[in-house]
Amino acid sequence: MTRPARMEAQIAWALALPAGLLLSVFVLVPSLIVAAMSFTDYSLAAPALHVVGLDNYAEMLADPLVWNALRNTLVYALVMVLGASGLGLGVALLVARMHRLGGFYRLAYFLPAASTMMAMATVWEYLLHPSVGPVNQLIALLGAGKVAFLSGTGSALLTLAGIGIWQSTGFNMVLFLAGLSAIPRDLYHAAAVDGADTAWDRFCLVTWPMLTPTTLFVVVVTSIQALRVFDTVALLTQGGPARSTNVMMYRIYLQAFQNLRMGYAASLTVTFLGLVAALAVAQTALAGRRRAA
Amino acid sequence: MTSLRLDGIVKRYDRALVLDHVSFEVEAGGFLALLGPSGCGKSTLLRIIAGLEPQDSGSVAIRGTVVDALRPAERDVAMVFQSYALYPHLSVRDNIALPLRMRRMTAAQRLPWVGRWLPGSRKLIKSFDAEVARMAELLGLGELLRRRPGQLSGGQRQRVALARAMVRNPALFLMDEPLSNLDAKLRVSARNEIIALHRKMGAIFVYVTHDQAEAMTMADRIAVMSQGRLLQVGTPRDIYERPANLEVAGFVGSPPVNIVPAAALALPYAPAGAVTLGFRPEAVRLATAETQGGLPCHIQRAEYLGGEVHVHVRLTAAPVQGVVVRIDAATGPSWAEGQTAWLQLDPAVVLWFDGAGTRLAP
Repeated sequence: MTRPARMEAQIAWALALPAGLLLSVFVLVPSLIVAAMSFTDYSLAAPALHVVGLDNYAEMLADPLVWNALRNTLVYALVMVLGASGLGLGVALLVARMHRLGGFYRLAYFLPAASTMMAMATVWEYLLHPSVGPVNQLIALLGAGKVAFLSGTGSALLTLAGIGIWQSTGFNMVLFLAGLSAIPRDLYHAAAVDGADTAWDRFCLVTWPMLTPTTLFVVVVTSIQALRVFDTVALLTQGGPARSTNVMMYRIYLQAFQNLRMGYAASLTVTFLGLVAALAVAQTALAGRRRAA
Repeated sequence: MTSLRLDGIVKRYDRALVLDHVSFEVEAGGFLALLGPSGCGKSTLLRIIAGLEPQDSGSVAIRGTVVDALRPAERDVAMVFQSYALYPHLSVRDNIALPLRMRRMTAAQRLPWVGRWLPGSRKLIKSFDAEVARMAELLGLGELLRRRPGQLSGGQRQRVALARAMVRNPALFLMDEPLSNLDAKLRVSARNEIIALHRKMGAIFVYVTHDQAEAMTMADRIAVMSQGRLLQVGTPRDIYERPANLEVAGFVGSPPVNIVPAAALALPYAPAGAVTLGFRPEAVRLATAETQGGLPCHIQRAEYLGGEVHVHVRLTAAPVQGVVVRIDAATGPSWAEGQTAWLQLDPAVVLWFDGAGTRLAP
């Protein structure tokens, strides 16, 4: 390396140091501690801890509640990613064409993303209440039977996914709006001259292909958000009814802070972190291959 | 037969008048350049002809039919954009074939994966391939058909855009500054390419540019625009030798036309009402000794350009800045700063303008 190049490298390292330090203290080191903890029987209730090797992981594989949580989490994530990305795109397409009320709708759709889930969960609980909730009263008014949104085994997980969609759609809309505004107008003009007459033609020929990078980003961000679902479960269903909303994060929370089995919870965390990371890497790799093609 | 006809086109954005009653006609097979400074409304006019923007009043007729109510795809026009506007996710082959796909295939046949197995699809795709190959050969794109636009140079993209526009033989070609993103060397060769294509296709070309050299060399007629108004339509020779007014005169020619107040020179052959006179840099002679009717001047600077020399002079009678005389480098004498000379105007080619800037007929 020449001297100026070495100087530059040193300056680069020095400038990256504060961020690197913070990242280490708050992310890397805690993650390593959790990983180390997963090989112990560390418990908040026990005075001593022992190294137990892979025992926690063996127990995890044999634990039907873990498999149940994984399945529920994946179903929740699938519904929410499809719903929140699709609706986000749809709303963005509609709002982008509005001149007068566009600002109002942007704000209205974005509000859920800016609100606290704690407070909003209470509102949803009231709205969806089987007897006094306005949603069920409306359904009754239309002549249909009551729907046990949060208390039915078949509907609780989907209801939570619906609340997740409600919360993420506005944020995804903003991302899609940014993507839409980056599409050159000339492309739409070229498409019109080339014979793309209908809105559907223009969408297929210009909008959708040009939004591919945005869509991939939205899908990655929404999946990570969906896989981390915890607050609505803890506040509204506590994993029930009949464990139908038992999701990974809630499982980990129960093991760590109710059963006080930190070591076991750590092994669940490490496994789940691995899964999420693998998913994110796979999606990013897919995006990279698309771009290179 | 008139093939493109604009009648009193008016366009407003909010309050601002962008196009003010623009009317002109282009004959079948004509090549019209829309020349004007940026913001003069020429690109808007092009988009109105294409049907991409509605006009507020006036009408557009193609082949004698008013097309105001027709969508862009129904007007039988093709357009080449300044940005080329190629579809970045499609290969060069698919970009060129796209106008054919959109027109000749049904929506079902255009579906991805499924479409190609529907009845009739394969035959159509085969015919598209043949036409794409013909275009590729015409424009030298054969090697590039499998590439994406992102992998091409500016000149190659421009040729793909031309191929995409030409592939379905439109009646009318609209080009919006297609060469302005190319470097100077490439621009000259692309210019020749477009002229050759125009000869071969026989379609009407309407070519928007702010570059007077492009307009002069490529078009058979030039429409000069300024601030939404059409100043003059004519052959390059008309525009250069008989400009309608001062603005047009100043727009073509490099170095630009020399403008001098008429009163200061008090020429005996000045027509009545003449306020300013203009003369082209090559329309005068410079003499070292006093001549009959010669205007005395001082040499300020001489720029040697190889074949010619641009001599900057200051007239004693009218000390305006930037009077330039173009002389032949091989035959003319060499001029030095501070030298005195006599400028000999040729009365036949002097341009006279009245107080409003309109040219007076001699």
